[in-house]
Amino acid sequence: MINVKKPGLQTTVQDRGRIGYYEIGMPPSGAMDKYAFTVANLLVGNDPNAAVLEITYLGPVLEFGKAMKISLTGGEIPPRINGQPVPMWTTLEVREGDQLSFDFVKGGARVYLAIEGGIAVPLIMGSRSTYTLIGIGGFEGRAVAEGDVIYTADMRKKEIPVGTRIDPDLIPAYSKTHEIRVVVGLCSYRLTEESKQTFLDTEWTVTPEANRTGYRHRGEKLHFVEREQPFGAGSNPSNVTDLGYPIGSIQVPDGVEPIVLLHDAVTGGGYATIATVISSDLDRMAQVKTNEKVRFVSVSLEEALEARRTVKQKLGVIAQFIEIGM
Amino acid sequence: MKEVSQLQTRYEYGGDEFIFVQLSEAMSLEANFKGMAITRKLKEANLEGVYDICPSNASYMVRFDPEIIAPQALLEKLQQIERDLGGLDEITITSRLVDVPVYFNDPWTHEALMRFRDRHQAPDSTDLEYSAKINGYANTDDFIEAITSAPFLVSMIGFVPGLPWCFQMVRQEKQIEVPKYVRPRTFTPERAFGFGGAFSVIYPVQGAGGYQLYGIAPAPIYQKEQTLFDFQDSIVFPKQGDIFRYRSIHADEYQAIREQVEDGSFVYHKKEIRFTPGEVLSDLEAFAERALRRLYHD
Repeated sequence: MINVKKPGLQTTVQDRGRIGYYEIGMPPSGAMDKYAFTVANLLVGNDPNAAVLEITYLGPVLEFGKAMKISLTGGEIPPRINGQPVPMWTTLEVREGDQLSFDFVKGGARVYLAIEGGIAVPLIMGSRSTYTLIGIGGFEGRAVAEGDVIYTADMRKKEIPVGTRIDPDLIPAYSKTHEIRVVVGLCSYRLTEESKQTFLDTEWTVTPEANRTGYRHRGEKLHFVEREQPFGAGSNPSNVTDLGYPIGSIQVPDGVEPIVLLHDAVTGGGYATIATVISSDLDRMAQVKTNEKVRFVSVSLEEALEARRTVKQKLGVIAQFIEIGM
Repeated sequence: MKEVSQLQTRYEYGGDEFIFVQLSEAMSLEANFKGMAITRKLKEANLEGVYDICPSNASYMVRFDPEIIAPQALLEKLQQIERDLGGLDEITITSRLVDVPVYFNDPWTHEALMRFRDRHQAPDSTDLEYSAKINGYANTDDFIEAITSAPFLVSMIGFVPGLPWCFQMVRQEKQIEVPKYVRPRTFTPERAFGFGGAFSVIYPVQGAGGYQLYGIAPAPIYQKEQTLFDFQDSIVFPKQGDIFRYRSIHADEYQAIREQVEDGSFVYHKKEIRFTPGEVLSDLEAFAERALRRLYHD
């Protein structure tokens, strides 16, 4: 078991997510950076869908009630055990009474803490992921709080030697400017040609509204093609007859401040969607912070699928490396 | 005459995991029935790699794993289903007819809407008074009568879990249309009954909201504890394709239903109904009459 001494800014239990309930308005939730999440579980020999802690911006202070293996992946929020720096992307071992704490964030935005066996919380609709809006999953549907006690589950599949490390070439680099690839489409026909170009040419600044539901960006004003609004669509030119929002889809209410919808977002509504972040770059979006710069780069579906294969291949290499040992 | 662009189906990729299909730019019962028919066929096809099938008002969306089913192959399958659909007379839809009690002009939503008058188009009237007036009704009683006399189709579920978008099954000239608040409220009571654009909604949980507020439903549409009969299989009650009849109730019935909800005995009054979109669209008044008879007298 693990005692939560301080919860950090927003520390939640997450796994792969609650898949298959989108039609009832249930977003999937789940780890925002699936690459880091997957590697964290691999490093402690867990089932790929074991629940981990997703740590945001400001880390928690945790005390271990027994010896266990752990791993930390994702953004650079430098971890310390009993005050001593420890490496990320590595299989670590803690002893009973050890304390895990974090320095201020240096790069990226989210860290994943996997513990041997995974976190034991009830499965809700096939997932342990926390969805705070309606209060389900994780710890009573909320972020972890001071005094919570985290128990381990029995989802360990393999014994991984302490000190197992990921090849540095397979660790993502986190900068302060980001190129996020998107497939332009959905209702992009609603934008003027000029605004479509502006959307791709602008260096957007991430606003303080950047969390698990979505990221809002400040920059240029975008314009929609003038028309008489169809019946059922709202009166604003950015309105359409309410429709479903893909995860990663981008909308621009009233033409100001594009919003990228993420894993805890609303599943539908009445704003025109103009592009979708490709699945492999949702992981990178998860490591973007407020005030950092984002440029949206248009790619084809084929390029999106190629990027997806590249990520999968990297994870395959990591899994194989961990399997055969160092 | 409708513009051609409003009648053409558009197929679009939403990144590498979604296909979005817009059946019409404008809301209509035709578009909704068509989406319902296509998505029900797609569910029956039970394709491997398809995770989510989400019918919405005049469009639908599919989430899939491109490593299991190629995006192009799935898109072609969707196009084929659309081609094979046939006319709206050839599709039979089975829906649940549901009696949904609503306490109009209740104290809780009244308190909420009075708190946010500065965010409303008409700060000196209530949401009901304002909506009745701009839709040409002499008073709020007539307006409530218009809402309760014809059923609503649950045309889409979403935004948050269980929220039903409901579109009244009346001719377009009889459709109620209202704007949303100028600036959204930061508070809406749980189970509030609201209206925005051409859609009515029930808010599953307390939260922000921009729809005009008319009343409150005593029965939940979302219950995470799943103790009530209607929530045994799902934490949300509404299903896309349901037909809701909003029935105006007073404080005493509201209280009685609340007590049933609290003691776990509440069950929605509902019946099954089969229809073809063709018969509904050809005579909406006759369908409304048939639906209400089926719900309360059969």
